[in-house]
Amino acid sequence: MFGRRPIHLRSYVYFMKHRFTEYVGREFMSLAETMGTVALMLKSVVFWLFRSKFEVREAAKQSVKIGVDSLVVTALTSFFTGMVISLQTGQSSKNLFNEPLYIGTMVAFSMLKELGPVLTSIVVAGRAGAVVTAEIGTMKVTEQIDALYTLGTNPTRYLLVPRYIAFMITLPLLTVFADFIGILGGCIVGVVKLGIPVSVFMEDIYTRIEVADFMHGFIKTFFFAFMIATVSCYKGLNTKGGAEGVGKSTTEAVVTSMVLVMVLDYFISATLVSVGI
Amino acid sequence: MRCPLSRWEGVKPSRGFPPKRGPPSAMRLQSSLMPGPLCGLEKFMIEIRNLNKSFPDKHVLKNISVDIKEGELFSVIGPSGIGKSTFIKCIIRLLKPESGEIVVDGQDIGRTSDEFKLARVRRSFGYLFQEGALFDSLTVFENVAFGLKYLTDIPKSEYAKIVREKLELVGLKDVNNLKPAELSVGMKKRVSLARSMAVEPKYILYDEPTTGLDPVTTAMVKDLILDMRAKLDITTVVVTHDLNLALEISSRVAMLYGGEFVEVSAPARFRQSENKGVKEFMEISHLSRK
Repeated sequence: MFGRRPIHLRSYVYFMKHRFTEYVGREFMSLAETMGTVALMLKSVVFWLFRSKFEVREAAKQSVKIGVDSLVVTALTSFFTGMVISLQTGQSSKNLFNEPLYIGTMVAFSMLKELGPVLTSIVVAGRAGAVVTAEIGTMKVTEQIDALYTLGTNPTRYLLVPRYIAFMITLPLLTVFADFIGILGGCIVGVVKLGIPVSVFMEDIYTRIEVADFMHGFIKTFFFAFMIATVSCYKGLNTKGGAEGVGKSTTEAVVTSMVLVMVLDYFISATLVSVGI
Repeated sequence: MRCPLSRWEGVKPSRGFPPKRGPPSAMRLQSSLMPGPLCGLEKFMIEIRNLNKSFPDKHVLKNISVDIKEGELFSVIGPSGIGKSTFIKCIIRLLKPESGEIVVDGQDIGRTSDEFKLARVRRSFGYLFQEGALFDSLTVFENVAFGLKYLTDIPKSEYAKIVREKLELVGLKDVNNLKPAELSVGMKKRVSLARSMAVEPKYILYDEPTTGLDPVTTAMVKDLILDMRAKLDITTVVVTHDLNLALEISSRVAMLYGGEFVEVSAPARFRQSENKGVKEFMEISHLSRK
């Protein structure tokens, strides 16, 4: 009497087909809307970058903030990464050839081309990107963005342009710093743990690493910086729903930036390799 | 001398022109029938025609038309969430309406996307936000001086004097170096008011100026609004759910209900309104109709 009503296969398929189409359509529309909003935001950033008087003080303030915020974490991350690369490469090399070979080359190669830029970008996205999203998001939900309009200031000019410039300046500098610290960490492990003389470690780097290897990683950081600034600012400007909304936007910004760093890394690397850098 | 009629605005006065007694009678008759800049001798600074604004789940403003006169204190009342803040945000174009005209000083900004035109019009407005909307990262001094930097050509050396004057006007002293987080709600609203006043706007919009304030601060804010209008002759629009405040300070009160202005009249007439929405709202607000 109270048994479940039989589900007719045809109606089930019909229902699923329509729900699925609706779901895909909605997601597609949402993606298109996001892309459109991002494009408009970028257009506005480019417009205000060249059109208005440059907010030097604000850009300098943001650069210092992003740099200082991320410096210690970047140093720690790259130092230990350099150390672990040196250790693992040394151990593997010892197992294969009975002595640690090309440790300097391996450490420098990994740090300069991949780990330096990628790890620094991830740290900056998590540390400074989150701060930017939370800051702009809070301004949005407390009507401070509206207040900017009423005081004759375009938020893009006052908030976004200085942050874009700050990311574009700071991330490459932090990457150079991370490369150096990472190689230093690798060198310490090489000398202390693997017994390689400093001169041999450095000789490995000088003979096999070229400026192009450094440039490969360095060029990538500009793309990462641009992407992190875009994601952080976009998520901040589109925050809704008070404190909860700010938290949600911040988390989304960090996760999106980190995933995009990885995705972009492959495509930029492939492009750079194809043009010989 | 400024001409009292908007159609002659910008025309240099000369002997016999513009006429001192107003427009010819035929024009007056026509203007009294048609809403617009020539209604009687009054000059309408903000003219709103058939304003429509909706959000995905709600049509908030339905075909709203109203004229706000020079030097007038116009209040919009209504229950919370009815669209009062949406209305003033549309006036200053923080929100873009779906349709309708918003004419400020002869310039229609209703549907324009020209950021420079909007910025020019916004320059003549001061806006007091519900929560103050002070910039967290700046001190009180920097907040009040913000508009001076971006909206005026006043040299930096004069900022200190202007900021001090405006803060004194709202009853605040020795708060220059404090951050907004160190201020009470009432102080934040007063600093926000000082920030709006610093650029000497032609119009000022108040969004729920007394919400969340104690009775003493409420009375002070009320006096401030009246003071500002008396001293500086600013055209004022107040949005509030505090009917008592609206009836005490306004030249005209409008009741927003169901997306429309169901009553627009002077306070004395407003109290006698036979409109069901107004009656209910007055009963809830415990106000006598006398």
